[in-house]
Amino acid sequence: MDALLLSLRLALSVSAILLAGGLPLAYWLAYSNWRGKFLLEAVVALPLVLPPTVLGFYVLLAMGPRGPLGKLWQLFFGHGMAFTFEGLVLASVLYSLPFAVQPLIASFESVDRKLLDASAVLGAGRLRTFWRVILPLSIPGVVTALVLSFAHTLGEFGVVLMVGGNLEGVTRTVSIDIYDHVQSLQYAEANRMALVLLAISFAVLSAVYAVNRQVGRQIGRRLWTPWAAN
Amino acid sequence: MDTVGSELNAAMLTARVKMERLRAGSPPFLLDIAVKVPSGITILFGPSGAGKSTVLDCIAGLARPDAGRIAVGEGVLFDSQAGVNCPPQARRIAYVFQTLALFPHMSAEENVAYGLDGLPREQRAARVEEILIAFRVEKLRTRRPAEISGGERQRIALARSLVAQPRVLLLDEPLTGLDANLKAAIIDDLRVWNAARRIPILYVTHSREEVDALGERVIAMDRGRMVSEGTPMEVLEAPRRKRLAQTAGFENLLSGTVVDLREADGVMRVRLNESVCEIEVPLGFAVVGDRVHVAIRAGDILLATSQPHGLSARNVIEGRIVAMETRGTLVRTRVNCGVEFIVHLTPGAARTLELAVGVRVWLVLKTHSCHLVEE
Repeated sequence: MDALLLSLRLALSVSAILLAGGLPLAYWLAYSNWRGKFLLEAVVALPLVLPPTVLGFYVLLAMGPRGPLGKLWQLFFGHGMAFTFEGLVLASVLYSLPFAVQPLIASFESVDRKLLDASAVLGAGRLRTFWRVILPLSIPGVVTALVLSFAHTLGEFGVVLMVGGNLEGVTRTVSIDIYDHVQSLQYAEANRMALVLLAISFAVLSAVYAVNRQVGRQIGRRLWTPWAAN
Repeated sequence: MDTVGSELNAAMLTARVKMERLRAGSPPFLLDIAVKVPSGITILFGPSGAGKSTVLDCIAGLARPDAGRIAVGEGVLFDSQAGVNCPPQARRIAYVFQTLALFPHMSAEENVAYGLDGLPREQRAARVEEILIAFRVEKLRTRRPAEISGGERQRIALARSLVAQPRVLLLDEPLTGLDANLKAAIIDDLRVWNAARRIPILYVTHSREEVDALGERVIAMDRGRMVSEGTPMEVLEAPRRKRLAQTAGFENLLSGTVVDLREADGVMRVRLNESVCEIEVPLGFAVVGDRVHVAIRAGDILLATSQPHGLSARNVIEGRIVAMETRGTLVRTRVNCGVEFIVHLTPGAARTLELAVGVRVWLVLKTHSCHLVEE
C-alpha cells in the first residue's frame, strides 16, 4: 500500500503544480502573437512523442551531481536531486505537461474573442477578464487538464524508473511495484495492485465523462479530450 | 440622476481614422474617414465590408489606426502624432456588438453589473435596477442569455453597455434579425434613455429601412471612405422611384391623378385615389390625367383641431383620427381623410390638443413636403 499512497501523493502534487503553472503558460500560448511561439508549443508537446526513457535520461543528467539542476539543488538543500521524491515530481511535471496545457489552450482558444472585447470595453483589465470570463468558460478544460495530469502521472513508468529508481517509500510507485512483483513471479500481489490501479483509473474517467455531460449541458460546451475530435 | 450623465449637451465625438485594411478574400483598401458625431443618433451607413465596424473598433480602442485622432469633447482618446492611445478600458465608450457578446455563464443581472466593478455594492445594485427597468427587462434578471429571446438579449446588451454611463455609445447592427415593431420599440426606449443624457450614439447599419426609421443624421461610407453626409433624404437622395421612396421611409405613399398644372406657380394639383381629396404638389414631368405617386413624411404633417386660416401652407385636409399609438417619444397617429395619412406627433402635442380616436382634425401640408415620385 505504500506504493499506492506514494503514487497518489505524486499524482496530486503534479496535478496541482501543473494547474498553477499551466494556466499562465496556456494563456500565453493561446493569446500571444509572438512569432517564435511555435517553438515553445513544440517543446510543450515533446513529451507526447518522446519515449519516456529519453525524457527520463536527460532529466536524470540535468539532476545529477554534475547537471545544472543537481548543482543548484545541492546548493540549496545540501543533497542531490536524483532519486528523491522532489526529483520525481519535477520529472513527472515535465512528462505530463502537454496533458495539462493542451486542454487549457484548446479551452481558452474556443472562448469567443468578442467576449474578451466586450469585457475590455466594459472596463475590465486582462486579469479580471481572465478570472471572470475566460476561466469560468474554460472549466471543462480545467477539469480535463487536472484529470489527465493526475491519471497520466499515476500510470507513468519509464520516467519514474529512470529518474527515481526504485526506493521503497521514496520513489517506488505503483507501476514500478507491479513490475517488481511480476519480475519476482508474485502474480497475486501484482494482480492486487493492478486491479486497484484499474479501478481508480476507471472511476476517474467515468467521473470526467459524467461532469462533461453535466457541464456541457449547462454552458453548451464539452470537455476537451485528447482522444475525441474537437 | 448622475450629474455627469445629465449635461444637456454631452461632448461631441470626433474621429479621424486612417488604416490599411487587409482582409482575407477581399482586396485591401485604405480606411480613410473623418466623422463628427454630436449628441443623438448618427447613422453610419454602408454595404458590408465598407469598413464600418473597423471604424467602431478604432473608436472603442479595440483596433489601432495607423494614423488619426479620436476625441470626445476635449478628451483625446487617440492621437497618432501626440502618441496618445488610451486603452479600451479607460475610454468610457459603450459598444454593443452585432453578436451582442453577452457573457453566457452570467445571469442578465450579472452581465449588466459587469461594468460597475468599482462601485460599492448598494450603488451598483441601484444602478443595475434603474437600467433594467429603463429597458424593461427587470423581470429577466436571473435568466441567462440562452434562456431569453433575441429582443430581450438586445435589451440586456444595451443595458449592460449603458449602465456605467458612457460618454459615447457605439452600436454595430445590434438589431439585425428583429422584426420592425420590436426594433422600433427598443429604439424608442433607447431614445427615452438618451433624452436626458444626450450622448453621441453612432449606429452602424447596412439597412436602408433602419436609416429611415432612426436617423436624423446619416454618414454613408463605402470602401473605407465617406460617400455623403446629411439627413436620410439627402443621403439616400430625394426619392425618384416608388421603390426608393418606400425604402427611404416616407410613411405616406399615396397614388393619384394630376388634375391641374399651374406652371407659373411651379405646382400642380393631384386628386388622391378613391377620394375627393386634392393636394398641391411641386410641378413634375406630368400632364393632366397622368397617374403619379406622392410621398410624404409623417413628421412633415401638421395637425390642427379647428380649421386653420391664414396659413401659407397650401394643403389643408379635413379628417378623423382612426388610431393612435404611443412609441416612446412619438405618437403615431392615423388620420382618415378619405385616404389614410400617418402623422407623427410628440406626446406633449397629443395631450395639449386632447387628441383621441374619433376626433375631427385638419392636416396641414406644405407643398414642398409632398414629394413627387415616378412609378
